[in-house]
Amino acid sequence: MILVIAEQRGGELNRATWEALVAAQQLAKRAGVSSMTVAIAGDAAAAAQELAAAGVGEVLTVAHPALVSYAPDGYVAALAQVIQLQSPRFVVLAHTYQARDFVPALATRLNAPLITDATAIAGAADAPTFMRPMFQGKLAAEVKPVGGGPCFVTFQIGAFRADQLQRGGGPSTITPIAVTIDASAIRQAPEEPFQEAARAVDLSQAARIVAVGRGIKSKEQLPVAEALAKALGAEIAASRPICDSGWLPMERQIGSSGQTVAPKLYVALGISGAIQHLVGMKGSRTIVAINKDADAPIFEVADYGIVGDLFEIVPAMVAELEKA
Amino acid sequence: MKIAVCIKQVPAREWQPRLRDDKAWIREQDVSYEMNEPDAYALEESLRLREKHGGEVVVCSAGPTRVQQVLREALARGADRALHVEDESLSSADASVTAAAMAAAMADEKFDLVLTGLQSDDQGHGQTGVVLAERLGIPHSTIIMEVQIEGGALRVKRELEGGWFQWIAMPLPALLTIQSGINQLRYATLKGIMAAKKKEIRKVALPAGLQAGQQIVALSLPSRAKQTQIIGGSAAEAAKELVRRLREEARAL
Ligand SMILES: Cc1cc2nc3c(=O)[nH]c(=O)nc-3n(C[C@H](O)[C@H](O)[C@H](O)COP(=O)(O)OP(=O)(O)OC[C@H]3O[C@@H](n4cnc5c(N)ncnc54)[C@H](O)[C@@H]3O)c2cc1C
Ligand SMILES: Nc1ncnc2c1ncn2[C@@H]1O[C@H](COP(=O)(O)O)[C@@H](O)[C@H]1O
Repeated sequence: MILVIAEQRGGELNRATWEALVAAQQLAKRAGVSSMTVAIAGDAAAAAQELAAAGVGEVLTVAHPALVSYAPDGYVAALAQVIQLQSPRFVVLAHTYQARDFVPALATRLNAPLITDATAIAGAADAPTFMRPMFQGKLAAEVKPVGGGPCFVTFQIGAFRADQLQRGGGPSTITPIAVTIDASAIRQAPEEPFQEAARAVDLSQAARIVAVGRGIKSKEQLPVAEALAKALGAEIAASRPICDSGWLPMERQIGSSGQTVAPKLYVALGISGAIQHLVGMKGSRTIVAINKDADAPIFEVADYGIVGDLFEIVPAMVAELEKA
Repeated sequence: MKIAVCIKQVPAREWQPRLRDDKAWIREQDVSYEMNEPDAYALEESLRLREKHGGEVVVCSAGPTRVQQVLREALARGADRALHVEDESLSSADASVTAAAMAAAMADEKFDLVLTGLQSDDQGHGQTGVVLAERLGIPHSTIIMEVQIEGGALRVKRELEGGWFQWIAMPLPALLTIQSGINQLRYATLKGIMAAKKKEIRKVALPAGLQAGQQIVALSLPSRAKQTQIIGGSAAEAAKELVRRLREEARAL
C-alpha cells in the first residue's frame, strides 16, 4: 500500500497534494502496488471530502485538538501512529515547506529512509529508484532507498501534473483514525501566519519583467539591467540572493518564497534557474535567458537563450531597442 | 549560551560538474570548495546571538580532511572552536549518516542552541538539521528568518511559502535551520584570520555502523525539458536577432 499524506492549511487543501497523488499513482504502477490510502491531519472535513470525491483511495482523517494548528511535534506523533497502523510500503508527500519541517523527524522516528525533492521514478518493480536534483540542479541523481520500510518520498512541486490524476469510479470512503497525543509533549507553540506589510509593487500585473540574478555581480552594476527594463517598458525583479544582499527590496523577489508571475515576457539575466526560482516564473509566456553557462538549468524553461556575458549582450540589446 | 553551528563544505558556485568514472559521485580532484551558503548565514546569526547573550560558538563539520578549510574560515569570522567528524567516506554521505555522526559528536557538549543551514548546495536533502534535532531529542523549527531569545525562551520567525511568515515559540535547547538572507554577512578580518590559527579544531572519529537511508546509483546531466532556441553570433548580432524574434515571432514587445 502507498500512503499519501495530504497537506492543508486552514482547512484548505494544498494544491501540491494533487501532484503528490499523481506521483503516488505512477509509483504504484512502477512498483506493482495495488492500493492507495490518503491521510489528512487537522481540522479538514471539507478537504477530506474533496480528496474522497477523487476516488483514488480510502481517506483517513486524523483529527485531534492538538493538530488544529500545525506544529511538527504534533504531526510526527500523530502520523507515526497512523503509519504503524497501516504499514504502507511507501509514504508519499509533496516537497512543501511543511513537509521539510516534519517529515525528516517522522522518518527518523520510524527508522525509515527518506528521499526528498524527487522529480521522477525509475528502477525495477521490486526496487524502484528516484531521480532528484543535486548540486543546485547541475546534476540529476538516481538514488535508491536502503534500510527498513516504509520508504518516505517527497516529490518536487511542479514535477508531476495534477491534471494527470486518474480518478476512481466513485467516491472513496472516509475513515476517522483515532490517535493519542500528549499535548504537553508538543514543544513548538505556533502563532498565526501573516504577510509582511502590503507590497508596494505587484509584479503579478506586470506585462514584462527583467529579472537579475547573481550574475550581475554587484549592486553598482544594477543600472545595466535597469536600462534594459526601461527600454522594454518592464519592471525589474530579482532572484533571492539579490534581495538577501539588500541590492533590491524583498518585494521584487521572484520564486517560491517571493512572488509568482506570468508576464508576457520574462528576461532572466545571470540567473541559474534553481527550482525555487523557476516555480515563480515558468508560467511566463515568453522566457529569455542570458547566461554565460550553456548548461545552466534556466535554459530548460527558456524559449530564447543567449549564451554569453550579460555585460556585453544587455547593452547591445538596449542599443537595438532604442534604434527602432 | 552555548551555540553549535553545522557547516558543510560544498563545491564553489562556478564549479562545472565532472563525474567520477563509476558515475556514483563527482571527481573531487577538480573541485574548489566553499562554505555552504545558508550555513554562512547560520554562523553569522550565532555570532550575533553571542554578542547579545554571551557564551560560546562551536562550529561543527562532518567530512574528509579538506573541510578544515571551512572550519578555519568560520573560526576566522569569530567562532570560538570547532568539532570535526573526520572520515573520507563522509564526503558523499547522506543526511541519515551525517546527522547521526554529528549527533554523536555533539552528545556530551550540551548545546543550548544548534543551528544548521536549511539545505546543502551539494546534495540538497533539506533533512540533516531536522534529523539531528530528532536524534538529539530537542525541538526544532525550519527555514528561520529571525531569532529572538529572552529569559531562556526562544521565539523564531519561520518562512512559509509565497511571502508568508509565522512566529513559533519553543523552549531551549532547540535546533533551527536557517534560511539565507536572515542577516547581512560579515567577512573575516586579518586579525580574525590570525586569531583563528590558535583556535582548537577537535577531531572526532566517525562511529562505526551508521545506517544510510539512501545510496546514489548514478549521477548524470539533467535532461532538457524544452527546446530553447539558442541565438549565436557576436553580442551585437545575437542582441539584434533576439530583439527581432521577440518582435516578430513571440510578439512580446
Ligand atoms: C526554501 C528555499 C526557498 C527559496 N526561495 C527562492 C525564491 O523565492 N527565489 C529565488 O530566486 N531563489 C530562491 N531560493 C534560492 C535558490 O535555490 C537559488 O539559490 C537562487 O535562485 C540562485 O540565484 P541566482 O540564480 O541569482 O544565483 P546563482 O545560482 O549563483 O546563478 C548565477 C548565474 O549567473 C551566471 N552568470 C555569472 N556571471 C555572468 C555574466 N557575466 N553573464 C551572464 N551570466 C552570468 C552564472 O552562470 C549562473 O548561472 C530558495 C532556496 C530555498 C532552499
Ligand atoms: N557534512 C556536514 N557537515 C556539517 N553540516 C552539515 C553536513 N551536511 C549537512 N549539514 C548541515 O545540514 C544542513 C542541511 O543539509 P542537507 O540536509 O544536506 O540539505 C546544511 O545546511 C548544514 O548546515
